[in-house]
Amino acid sequence: MTDNLITLPARPAARARRRAVPVPAADTHLYLDGVTVSFDGFKALNELSLVINKGELRTIIGPNGAGKTTMMDVITGKTRPDKGDVFFAGKYDLTRLDEAAIATLGIGRKFQRPTVFQNLTVFDNLELALKSARGAWRVLFAEVTRNQRQAVERTLATVGLSDRAATIAGTLSHGQKQWLEIGMLLMQDAQLLLLDEPVAGMTDHETEATAALLLSIAGERTVVVVEHDMEFVRRLGARITVLHEGSVLAEGSLEHVQSDPKVIEVYLGR
Amino acid sequence: MTAIAGLLDRRGWAAFLLVGVVLVVAVPLLNLLPAMGSALRVPDYLVPLFGKYACYALLALSLDLVWGYAGILSLGHGAFFALGGYAMGMYLMRQIGTRGVYGNAVLPDFMVFLNWKELPWYWYGFDHFAFAALMVLLVPGILAFAFGWFAFRSRVTGVYLSIITQALTYALLLAFFRNDMGFGGNNGLTDFKDVLGFEIQAPATRRGLYVASVIALGLGFLLCRWIVQSKLGRLLLALRDAENRVRFLGYRVENAKLLAFTVSAVLAGIAGALYVPQVGIINPSEFSPANSIEIAIWVAVGGRGNLVGALVGAVLVNVAKTYFTGAAPEFWLFFLGAIFVVVTLFFPKGLTGLVGQWRNRRRAHAPRAVEAAGDD
Repeated sequence: MTDNLITLPARPAARARRRAVPVPAADTHLYLDGVTVSFDGFKALNELSLVINKGELRTIIGPNGAGKTTMMDVITGKTRPDKGDVFFAGKYDLTRLDEAAIATLGIGRKFQRPTVFQNLTVFDNLELALKSARGAWRVLFAEVTRNQRQAVERTLATVGLSDRAATIAGTLSHGQKQWLEIGMLLMQDAQLLLLDEPVAGMTDHETEATAALLLSIAGERTVVVVEHDMEFVRRLGARITVLHEGSVLAEGSLEHVQSDPKVIEVYLGR
Repeated sequence: MTAIAGLLDRRGWAAFLLVGVVLVVAVPLLNLLPAMGSALRVPDYLVPLFGKYACYALLALSLDLVWGYAGILSLGHGAFFALGGYAMGMYLMRQIGTRGVYGNAVLPDFMVFLNWKELPWYWYGFDHFAFAALMVLLVPGILAFAFGWFAFRSRVTGVYLSIITQALTYALLLAFFRNDMGFGGNNGLTDFKDVLGFEIQAPATRRGLYVASVIALGLGFLLCRWIVQSKLGRLLLALRDAENRVRFLGYRVENAKLLAFTVSAVLAGIAGALYVPQVGIINPSEFSPANSIEIAIWVAVGGRGNLVGALVGAVLVNVAKTYFTGAAPEFWLFFLGAIFVVVTLFFPKGLTGLVGQWRNRRRAHAPRAVEAAGDD
């Protein structure tokens, strides 16, 4: 992610021929329709359409290069699609907003490699994530109120890091960093959590705890998990979307997608 | 009041006040009271030299705020310093009045020499100290704001940002070299007579300027301390280490950087304004890219991301420079290069980092001390 030292903000594609705003069902939380992103002719996303309901837990799997990370980039405003619609909560056109605005709407993202603020304490990591005024000037004068402190402490308990509040985040174990980052999304009060490989590098025990945590979050919030670990996917027991070459290959329960000949071919055919 | 008291801990305040009293009271008194030739006497030539160090320390502090905390390595901070210096220099030029070589009441000497008939509009107002003081803050501040607005919004970071800050100061260097810019060209502004009605060369004025520099340094230190201890300070550290994470939490990274960068440029401008009356000249060489790189070396030597480190680094390197350029001028640049290489390779956290390491080692050997709880 830091490979590019200069990342110019993408220019919104020509909007002259905008289609009419779609009217998704009332409980649709995230709506992608015909989203295409190409990099130098390579189509990272190819007419991707996906609907995720409010409170749903959805797992997204797919081989490398299937477009999982690009899809997250599009939803969070990092990449502008060449064409297609992306709507959040039925009314917000995510293709027109930048990362900060999208995050403020309540979309939280956990990166593939756990990304926390290495030189700050666990407490300060969560406190920065806490939903509050985001303007630079307001932040300069901000003081941590007692309510905020309590909110941080609740989240510390939720992600099992209560006894690590004063620890410098850089010294946490890999699994603890993953939890801390999930905790940051909770502090941000994200209504839609996009989690890129949340159990990568975790022990079996930690994986189990993470599954329990995500299951407890889902329902109240919408959770989209991108994962390779099939044992973890099984444990989540959620509806699964299989991506392949930038579009949806199959969707359904784990049994359903596992018995789908197209999926078998993609995973085993080469 | 409690907010100010909370900026430093008890020992920190004790050290701050002790150093402050020594610098503000003891040095001028030792310049004034002991008899000439007494070992205790601070000679007259040292007073403006100390004042110069204080200005450099303030400049280092301003760079540390953006480099050490926000990860913005500006290699053009000398430009803001020089602009503050030019604003002050213009005021000092206007104070010369008819005492110039040509005795022209309206035009500074260099304009008479260039056959200019009237004062350019941008020199208006510099007869008044208050106006000049305002420009000392505004000119570097506005330039930094405009520059940062475009650079941070376009998400220019890392080496690329450093390169364009170098380009910025180089462009200003070339511009100020030109005679028709109206800032004295190659020679810059010099031959100052008075500041605020006091004779600029008089020992008493020099003491006053020195004390003003030390006080500005102290206030600048407290301001930076306040910023880095605020939530914005934590945000700056956070975006230094993981800019994308900050952005996806909903913060506009560019605005936080812009605020820090602008404050930093204003501090650099103040340092430049206090520097010019003490050295008696400001010319385009202050814009030279090498100058700006040297500031980064001071901060690296002292320890970036540590405000005291920046101060210590600036003073130590400049004391060494004063010594070397007197004793063995041809070796100074080799020495400067060598300490930069040694510090980056062996003490990436600078001298203050070294002290911290040594302290930790002692603490580790000491019988299990109370674990420092991060209760800010």
